[in-house]
Amino acid sequence: MKSIARVNDFVVKFANVNGSGSASANGLFAKAVLKMGVPVAARNIFPSNIQGLPTWYEVRVVEAGWRGRRGGVDLMVAMNPETWDEDVAEIEPGGYLFYDSTRPIPSSKFRADITVVGMPLTAICNAEYSDARQRQIFKNIIYLGALAGLLGIEPEVIETLLAAQYKGKEPLLESNRKAFRLGLDYATANFEPVGLRVERRNKVGNRIFVDGNNAAALGAVYGGATVCAWYPITPSSSVAEAFAKHCQRLRVDPATGRHRFAIVQAEDELASIGMVIGGAWNGARSFTATSGPGISLMQEFIGLAYFAEIPAVIFDVQRGSPSTGMPTKTQQADLLSCAYASHGDTKHVLLFPEDPKECFEMGARAFDLADRLQTPVFVMLDLDIGMQDWLCDAFTWDDSRRLDRGKVMSAAALEAGKDFGRYLDVDGDGIPYRTYPGTHPKRGGYFTRGTSKDRYARYTEDGNAYVDNMQRLLRKFETAKELVPAPVVERAAQPTHAGAIWFGSTGAAMAESLEVLAADGIHLDRMRIRAFPFADAVAEFIAGHDHVFVVEQNRDAQMRSLLVNECGVDPAKLIPILHYDGNPLTERFVTREIAEKARLFNVTPMRKVAR
Amino acid sequence: MTYLTKPKLHHPALPTNALGLTRRDYEGAVSTLCAGCGHDSISAAIIQAFYELAIEPHRVAKLSGIGCSSKTPTYFLGAGHGFNSVHGRMPSVLTGAALANRDLIYLGVSGDGDSASIGLGQFAHVMRRGVNMVYIVENNGVYGLTKGQFSATADKGSKAKRGAVNSDEPIDLVQLALVLGASFVARGFSGDKGQLVPLIKAAVAHGGAAFIDVVSPCVAFNNHPGSTKSYDYVRAHNEAVNRLDFMPLREAITANVAPGEVESVVLHDGGTLRLRKLHPEYDPHDKVGALSYLEAHRAKGEVVTGLLYVDDDPTDLHAAQNTVAAPLNALGDAELVPGSAALQKFNAALA
Repeated sequence: MKSIARVNDFVVKFANVNGSGSASANGLFAKAVLKMGVPVAARNIFPSNIQGLPTWYEVRVVEAGWRGRRGGVDLMVAMNPETWDEDVAEIEPGGYLFYDSTRPIPSSKFRADITVVGMPLTAICNAEYSDARQRQIFKNIIYLGALAGLLGIEPEVIETLLAAQYKGKEPLLESNRKAFRLGLDYATANFEPVGLRVERRNKVGNRIFVDGNNAAALGAVYGGATVCAWYPITPSSSVAEAFAKHCQRLRVDPATGRHRFAIVQAEDELASIGMVIGGAWNGARSFTATSGPGISLMQEFIGLAYFAEIPAVIFDVQRGSPSTGMPTKTQQADLLSCAYASHGDTKHVLLFPEDPKECFEMGARAFDLADRLQTPVFVMLDLDIGMQDWLCDAFTWDDSRRLDRGKVMSAAALEAGKDFGRYLDVDGDGIPYRTYPGTHPKRGGYFTRGTSKDRYARYTEDGNAYVDNMQRLLRKFETAKELVPAPVVERAAQPTHAGAIWFGSTGAAMAESLEVLAADGIHLDRMRIRAFPFADAVAEFIAGHDHVFVVEQNRDAQMRSLLVNECGVDPAKLIPILHYDGNPLTERFVTREIAEKARLFNVTPMRKVAR
Repeated sequence: MTYLTKPKLHHPALPTNALGLTRRDYEGAVSTLCAGCGHDSISAAIIQAFYELAIEPHRVAKLSGIGCSSKTPTYFLGAGHGFNSVHGRMPSVLTGAALANRDLIYLGVSGDGDSASIGLGQFAHVMRRGVNMVYIVENNGVYGLTKGQFSATADKGSKAKRGAVNSDEPIDLVQLALVLGASFVARGFSGDKGQLVPLIKAAVAHGGAAFIDVVSPCVAFNNHPGSTKSYDYVRAHNEAVNRLDFMPLREAITANVAPGEVESVVLHDGGTLRLRKLHPEYDPHDKVGALSYLEAHRAKGEVVTGLLYVDDDPTDLHAAQNTVAAPLNALGDAELVPGSAALQKFNAALA
């Protein structure tokens, strides 16, 4: 048997029982590798459960900096007897199994092609601690110590992290440090180092390790949001919770201690979006955060916001669907239900952040876009970006930037006699002027309604006025194409007739996969879509290629449907690459699927033409 | 068409209020409801109340849901902004609007179909939160726009126009509002403007969640014998517990009333409510008493009207939120955007 021997390039997976206190120890493992200057890509794979069900934490130690999952496991830390068989099966040939050897496990439960490292964790804990809770909690820190010894993680790094974590709680710090040393010393005394090594590098720089929900919430603060109405739903709840946390730090009037924000936990998603619409109608930047089921509930109100032209920002952290689906798994399956949300002819602006940094940027920009376009704007996160920590470039902010409140007619303009028609297209861009309620005693007042109206907001059932208004809304959507974040296009190293399109969290696996494919001779031009409606460049990109792979995380190829529908392209050109089992995409999956389809569709690299 | 214009000319000698505005300045478009609809009387009472209070019409935000009653905000305070939202969901829109700008007056207008069925959840929660508003339900016991189906406030045993008998228990929004924490709860009758106008004025002055249930007969579908929401029935069974005079700040109390019959309630803004008690034993500060009184009279088929409960020292959602004194919608970049220095701290904590 040849054991895997790799430095700073391997996958460790922790198999734990939910609620056993493992998250803290596993998180320390990832952070320790980062502190040694080596990038990680970490994924928490968790059940819809508070205590007792299986949960995994996967840490990819990856000096090359890839941010997606690779696929496969090199070292399994098997702490959950219930999932033993599947965990052992997942280990790569030549890989390693670390387990609790207190109770004997029959040899049939192991594999011959892996290296097994058994440590009597329970026995050590029972000898050391008398309290049941301590026995449980410190077991995690003890295996962290053992792993540090096995993989060469510098103990001082972990001790520094522990000191930061338990700052001001010295007794806790001391007991954690002791447990850590217990594991480290045991490993040093009893184990040979394994073939997987972490070695200090300087590849992390000033990048930050952050989750997208936290970043999006900070974006909402920087975007000037003052009203947040929400209803708890996984995986979006931490957007509102993080907004509250950021506001407590950044939005409390220092002189009075009073809040420059309001956060309401509503009775349901219908009320959340209602409050957002009320707040936005009244001139306060307002948002909600939800997931697929919440989007379904909000449909009627979203149609009202579209037709009455009210800015509203909706963070949709997508999860496994339909129905309750897989609440703690990731998907990109709300595209169609958001793009065309509500009854009747509606189209909405969607933004697709690829990582937490873009969650921050688009989280802020969404409010400018919503105000500028006077329409709902969806920021389409998914669980993979929203709830996982990603290594991102540090966030930046241009202090000269100002909030763009869009076309708002002031009391002075009204007083000066400027013609005000709430739905009057004065600039030819489809965007009318609005007034905030209460602006002027005599002018600028109007009635907001979901029923049809004329250019001056007067109720009418006249078909011509209705069509006039609906056409203007289309013009406004055209204007949106130029205002939303543009797609990012990159050419392959060699000329090619084939391309790939993706969006959102899929980018993490794509970046790596394209490099692997290129090494195999499959060269693809690439376009990352960042928003809907699609800029003209999207249709041009597709037109410029014979075959385009559309990679997305849903069953029905929803982005492909949008492309066919909105760009009028030949569906035969768009080859769907679909991943929807709820787990974050892996490089291996994408590479395998594209390679297979490339053969099937005879997508060969363009031959070099002599000039 | 609900946007018919009225002639703007009016008699030069029309009386004016403290702002120099006439009652006409508080009107809206011509109503398109049926002639004799109770809702039009309520609109007239709203116009009268705001005129007498001398509140600038454009400082009132009028919000409604869907239904006959929800159409009425077009018919009063034409200079104010209105929002005709979706069925039963006005309370959430109003809540968001109230959060955005605490300086406007929020008037929610709804009906029994809008608030007692699809809107019951939002009705409950807007009361719980103590949103500073006046919430009026124009209660006729039927769905008018869809031609006469029972609503959830129709009394058990009452008859529809075509003879169907309602077999479901009614929802009493007044009792619900009391239980859910509304700090001002009243019931009026669209046929008694003298009672209704002061109730609306007092509700506007109240600094918390104020709810007024106004029984408002539907002349088209629910004004026949066998209905318990008809003009005749309500006139015969109206059990008014008090009459109200609303005295704005610093106005002298001049009316002569016998001692013991009048209770003065000082409002948070310094104004005064004067209650002329019609039933000396009824205490509008006693929530439990109010509930049992309402239930006892409901059993007798009587409609209890008047100011049923008031908390003299209410709080509201903004107090609970501890929001700044300035409206949130008036805060600018300097107050809202933390800037790059704060962002560097955020980055440093995660590096």
